[in-house]
Amino acid sequence: MHNLTIKQMSEKLHAGDITSVQLTQHYLDRIAQFDGELNAYVTVTPELAIQMAEEADQRLASGDAELLTGIPVAHKDIFCTDGVKTSCGSKMLDNFIAPYDAHVVTQLKKVGMPILGKTNMDEFAMGSSSESSYYGATKNPWDHQAVPGGSSGGAAAVIAAGLAPLATGTDTGGSIRQPASFCGITGIKPTYGVVSRFGIIAYASSFDQAGPMTRSAEDSAWLLNAMAGFDARDSTSLEREKIDYTAALGHSLKGLKVGVPAEYFGEGLDAEVEAVVKNAIAEVEKLGAEIVEIHLPNKDLAVPSYYVLAPAEASSNLSRFDGVRFGYRCEQPKDLTDLYKRSRSEGFGEEVKRRIMVGAYALSAGYYDAYYLKAQKLRRMVRDDFIKAFQSCDVIMGPVAPTSAFNIGEKSDDQVSMYLSDLYTIPVNLGGLPALSVPAGFAQNRPVGLHIVGPYFSEAQLLNIGHQFQQVTDWHTKTPAQYQ
Amino acid sequence: MSLGKTEVEYISRLTQIEVREEAVEGVAQKLSNILDLFAQMEAADTQDVLPMAHPLDAVQRLRPDVVTEVDQHEKLQAIAPAAAEAHYLVPQVIE
Repeated sequence: MHNLTIKQMSEKLHAGDITSVQLTQHYLDRIAQFDGELNAYVTVTPELAIQMAEEADQRLASGDAELLTGIPVAHKDIFCTDGVKTSCGSKMLDNFIAPYDAHVVTQLKKVGMPILGKTNMDEFAMGSSSESSYYGATKNPWDHQAVPGGSSGGAAAVIAAGLAPLATGTDTGGSIRQPASFCGITGIKPTYGVVSRFGIIAYASSFDQAGPMTRSAEDSAWLLNAMAGFDARDSTSLEREKIDYTAALGHSLKGLKVGVPAEYFGEGLDAEVEAVVKNAIAEVEKLGAEIVEIHLPNKDLAVPSYYVLAPAEASSNLSRFDGVRFGYRCEQPKDLTDLYKRSRSEGFGEEVKRRIMVGAYALSAGYYDAYYLKAQKLRRMVRDDFIKAFQSCDVIMGPVAPTSAFNIGEKSDDQVSMYLSDLYTIPVNLGGLPALSVPAGFAQNRPVGLHIVGPYFSEAQLLNIGHQFQQVTDWHTKTPAQYQ
Repeated sequence: MSLGKTEVEYISRLTQIEVREEAVEGVAQKLSNILDLFAQMEAADTQDVLPMAHPLDAVQRLRPDVVTEVDQHEKLQAIAPAAAEAHYLVPQVIE
């Protein structure tokens, strides 16, 4: 049942071949069987899931159902979920039962999608390996020695292992696409502002964007249909007409101009990953696309710029965690300052504290121009590289990450090395552009994704390119042997 | 750029994050490594470049000045570490 596409699942639900309760129970059983070893869920919500599945079955029976009605979903533990623990992977929020739903959660509840649980992640989404979670590292279903990527590593792992048919993720510097690449699944980060940030625990608000994590591009298109849309409660939500992201699936790629940045295939890119990505681009060429060389000359400025701006925003966003209104409070504070300091020091993990500190320093008197303002200028330069590139191509293709999944513990003591592993995904976040990762092969027996970046609001086109690629390849259907 | 004890104490005060005496050196070293990464920005010529705050150069949306929030203090304070009579409780500040 867990190897069906979303459309096939929906057809079976609508035809009465299976019920939502049966489908949901199937996933709950798999979670009970496999999640002990993977640690991909922080919280599993079986009672809520079955109750929602029963409601979905009533809608299906009455003819009041949509395509996704009755199909269960796993939410990254960054989405506030009313009445359910929402930890953001942190001790700070270990006791936080969210009092309201994130917009994305509301949207998927309206459609009638049972919630299986909340997936593990790097603490406050700050990481590329899901190792910094207060609840321990998630393992990569393809190889338990390997990280699943991050920060949406739990979401990627549950899709790869068949512990949920659909998952939500968020992407601030690559947190949907890099774990999608490492776990051999499909994930899309939409244009900034397409999906509401309301109720998503904020890391870096000018970058944070939610998106679907699924087995195929077609599945992602269905989920994005339910996630996207204007929301007045997010001041950066874009007021646009409702789009059907499945409408372009089936368009031919003949005449598509694919830009390949020369700078993305240089030093530091693993040779096996390079071969996988080049083969994938050759496959797209066979579908009728034209390959053109392009240049993104400022790509090396993206990582330092991002690691000034994102921590600066984080230092402000995370100032709300003070031990007063919600979340962790230290024992026996002797005064108010002691309450703030010890609650924050004991509640946050090391990487989160480091980013808050570095961000506050970058914003402090005397350093603002040298760090923050400079980084904002570089952000424009990196964005303008893309705008210029899109004058000579329709989309850009390249690697998602310089390597396949690295081993657990391999980079956890070397932050800068971990930061640099996001060099292909971060420029896209600086530009606020949409980008997709689709499974394209294996390097060192671990999955590798193809990165497809498009101009603003090209999500439907990106998903169709992914879909066309998945019509002639079968990487997205591969499952680790023990989870088949 | 290398940070010392004074800077770490300053950042600790700014962020209300405690750094224990024995951890200062390690924290200073790790923060300095990150600042070395930032130093790569210096070489870029940004003289005529405007800083960019929003990828789509969007402006803040305005809404009518009407009340949209309802009083939910009981629900919201139910998850507070300490609250009573619609107030959050903290250690005494004024004697």
